[in-house]
Amino acid sequence: MSAALHATLQDIGPVLALILFGFLPNEVWRLVGLMLVHGLDEKSQIIVWVRAVATAMLAGVLAQLILSTSGPLASIPVSVRIGASVLGFAAFLIGKRSVFAGVLTGEAAILLGTYFLGT
Amino acid sequence: MKNPMSVEPADPPAHVAFQVFLDGIVAAVRSVFFYVLIGNYVGMGALAHEVGFSFWWMALSTVLIWAAPAQVILVSTLSTAALFEVALAVTLSSVRFLPMVAAILPTMRRPGVRQRDLILPMHLTAISVWVEGMRLLPLMPVERRIAFYNGLGTGLMSGAVIGGAVGFVLAAKLPPLLSAALLFFTPMAILMSSARNSRTLLDGLAFALGLVVGPVVAAQKIGLDLMWTGLIAGTMAYGVHRLREARRKCVS
Repeated sequence: MSAALHATLQDIGPVLALILFGFLPNEVWRLVGLMLVHGLDEKSQIIVWVRAVATAMLAGVLAQLILSTSGPLASIPVSVRIGASVLGFAAFLIGKRSVFAGVLTGEAAILLGTYFLGT
Repeated sequence: MKNPMSVEPADPPAHVAFQVFLDGIVAAVRSVFFYVLIGNYVGMGALAHEVGFSFWWMALSTVLIWAAPAQVILVSTLSTAALFEVALAVTLSSVRFLPMVAAILPTMRRPGVRQRDLILPMHLTAISVWVEGMRLLPLMPVERRIAFYNGLGTGLMSGAVIGGAVGFVLAAKLPPLLSAALLFFTPMAILMSSARNSRTLLDGLAFALGLVVGPVVAAQKIGLDLMWTGLIAGTMAYGVHRLREARRKCVS
């Protein structure tokens, strides 16, 4: 770690660092979204397409979280993550499409699987 | 007196708007995402404590950023990486907000809504609020949607702030494996809620294609995985949707 960079964080303080390097780079996408749809209504074909893109991205987030090999989830084996997702989804279908039943079953499977098979 | 022929829905009176806002908070507490966010942010709060940020910094980061992946990056790299690299990693993790905001805000627009009325809904948009908003907003009159969405977002954000606070306080007592398991609430909730919500062919197809295209794009290692996944899978689903619509028009 470079001393100069560390000093920078200390100079500007954690709150200003949060605003400049966390809030602004994150919020810019929301702002662009707001400005791009100015004057468009919900039936327009562009919005229908954008909705499909957003939905596909959401599925991409899901795939990333289940398959990723880095970050805090890495300590849970991928096989346990896939198995828990399948079990959770089965509980969701059996439980008359109850999201609560599915999420709780999947989370229980993750806890047990991690406890017995985790690294 | 109002023109009885007017078709433009008027602003609801202030007390009605407040009641609708409260309805939004109730919907948030009844949503599975409220509990998912608590669990998820318990893990995040523990992480922030471990790295050495303050209790209030953690709460402020949730209110201002309101994006779990960006917050994980910020908390884990702000004190060790170059600040420019932190900002770049955060911004690359947040591209999804563009199409999400662009898809949900038009459902709240009607004549008389100013751009600044949409700033709070814009900021409150996150995966959880978006998924529940896309499901619930079409069920109510358009003039109530902004207040309801603001209540929904505020309620869900409160769950995250509470979870973050609890995690921060409990940090020393949480085994790391439990923190990781708590973060797994998010993919579960995305999977189940999307399966419940996708009522149209377009939604279901976009989601299914995204699940397939996502790992394929990631394997190419070209970067910006989520953006490409969204554009490729979303456009394919939209194309199928348009072909079906065209065929239906030909038949009728």
